[in-house]
Amino acid sequence: METNSRKAWLYLLPAILFLGVFMVYPLIDVLIYSFEEGYNSASQTFVGVGGYNFAYVLRDPYFLQALKNTFILVVITVPVSTGLALLISVGLSSIKKLRDLYQTVYFLPYVTNTLAVGLVFMILFKQTPYSDGLVNLVLGWFNAGPVDFIDGPYWAKMFVLCFYTVWVVLPFKILILTSALASVNRDYYSAAQVDGTSKWRIFRRITLPMISPMLFYLIITGFIGAFKAYSDAVALFGTNLNAAEMNTIVGYIYDMLYGDSGGYPSYASAAAIILFAIVLTITCINLLVSRKKVHH
Amino acid sequence: MKILLQNLTKTFPARGGRRAGKKAETVTAVNDFTFEIPDGTLIGLLGPSGCGKSTTLNLICGLQKPTSGRVFFGEDDVTDLPPEMRGVGLVFQNYALYPHLTVRQNIVFPLENLKGKDRLSRAEMNEKADAIAKLVQLDGLMDRKPAELSGGQQQRVAIARALVKMPRVLLLDEPLSNLDARLRLQTREEIKRIQKETGITTVFVTHDQEEAMSISDRIVVMKEGIVQQIGKPQEVYDDPVNLFVAKFLGTPPINVFRGEIREGKLMLGGAAVLPVGEISDRPVTVGIRPEGFVLDSDGPLACTLDRVEVMGRDVSVVSTHPDSEALVVRAIISAEDAAFVPVGDVRFALKPGKVFLFDAESGARIPFGAR
Repeated sequence: METNSRKAWLYLLPAILFLGVFMVYPLIDVLIYSFEEGYNSASQTFVGVGGYNFAYVLRDPYFLQALKNTFILVVITVPVSTGLALLISVGLSSIKKLRDLYQTVYFLPYVTNTLAVGLVFMILFKQTPYSDGLVNLVLGWFNAGPVDFIDGPYWAKMFVLCFYTVWVVLPFKILILTSALASVNRDYYSAAQVDGTSKWRIFRRITLPMISPMLFYLIITGFIGAFKAYSDAVALFGTNLNAAEMNTIVGYIYDMLYGDSGGYPSYASAAAIILFAIVLTITCINLLVSRKKVHH
Repeated sequence: MKILLQNLTKTFPARGGRRAGKKAETVTAVNDFTFEIPDGTLIGLLGPSGCGKSTTLNLICGLQKPTSGRVFFGEDDVTDLPPEMRGVGLVFQNYALYPHLTVRQNIVFPLENLKGKDRLSRAEMNEKADAIAKLVQLDGLMDRKPAELSGGQQQRVAIARALVKMPRVLLLDEPLSNLDARLRLQTREEIKRIQKETGITTVFVTHDQEEAMSISDRIVVMKEGIVQQIGKPQEVYDDPVNLFVAKFLGTPPINVFRGEIREGKLMLGGAAVLPVGEISDRPVTVGIRPEGFVLDSDGPLACTLDRVEVMGRDVSVVSTHPDSEALVVRAIISAEDAAFVPVGDVRFALKPGKVFLFDAESGARIPFGAR
């Protein structure tokens, strides 16, 4: 027993070392920086210890904007993308013809580069002196618009960002859900059919509970992913996100780290800790809910 | 409810689908099946795997549509009705209990589907569930999840779920195959009892001949989609129509020999073992039930003793014979006679009623003597 556990620790050592050096140590470091005021990474000096960094960040209008943006993004894209993915995968698993084709089409965004997709979205939405963009063209048919989605009003930009995020996260969710649906034993459906169960009731009482573990996995990772959103906003609105009012929390942290005059690592650390606290809280709530709702 | 199957045929596209330029090949799972199941009986569909018995069940149930032929429940033609309109209860081989629902929720599930004038109040549903749970002896387990039940209990939940809406027909697909040997004995008696108490016409599918013989009122022996024989278990056992049926029924299995008819006598290993009357001289396949051997030192059939297997109630005399198709010949004699088994050569006389003659080519039964 003793030698066994020693062996086990030995096998785990490489992973523990790497995790320790590249994950745990930096995490602790960030926590320390967040309480050190005016930390300078070049000189390794700071002027004092306390909660000032948090107070500053929480009062910074750019951070509050980023917080608002991130929350809107999370609240809209997670339910919409999960719901859409569920709808599409149920649709996919109930058709026979062209199923493989559709599956491939839906999976395309997953293998496409974020920035490339961003470029396509620019073409779709951006107004230039020469054209209003494809979306505005379509809006024009209904006597609406034109709306400047990239440099225009806040809601238009937020709409594009949400649309883009949903579009990018959809394929992975569809992939997971179609395989989850395929793994449900057909006999349950036959049994329900013999008992005269309506389609909707089969879906609600059998399919949903059966795939609920996968669904909750997607919701939890979806929340975490949306809270960490950054590259999507950059792909659409460029790197000066504060000016575009489209910054996210991660974007704010990034700006603070590499901003003008060497950046403000203390503020960045404080913002990172706040983000960590938010994600941890939401995930804990998710897990608590899933314990009640998910059938394993 | 009487069930009538009329020229029922079901073909499937062959595996691999259709190839370019070739006509799509098909596999016939059920071939021209005509049979009437009397009201209130328990019928066993019996055959080796792939013989079309499960397909037949699905055709009765409505989960599959026949390629041709009709299915009648009583006077109603239900061929074109979907399963939910037929009033059938189906028990799946793996039970298909909803794992996230409790036993009660599982049993009540079919009742919750009822709409319109059939709609039940929650109290009525629970009352029905309790009554059926009592019938299958599940009381006290109603709030458990299926995973917390033993295999036999899960089986009973599945039967309860199938019975709770009082179906016209109860169908069971390999109901005992997932249970261990002891539970199997117990459960098959359970099924018989439940069927008797409810009086519901019941069809069950099995590949286990012992299972089918023990509880069925009638058995249907199938092979490669074609019905071989239908009848009461004892009749089919005592009077098989062909070699397949004779081989399929009975444990230990029937002993098969290559024999010959010469001058009205059955010849085995050069010796005339049984007079068979007016049959022209020809080679035949001979089936002798293990209980058809009588230990007799002057008997005509000479075998070389291999070993004696004691089973308590009776004794298996295992010997070899040059004309036997199997490696050994197994004879069952009563335990009292075991002391008289000689060493070396063992000689048997044969009970004529336990000896069957089959055409050497087709395997069809050749009647002889009184039968």
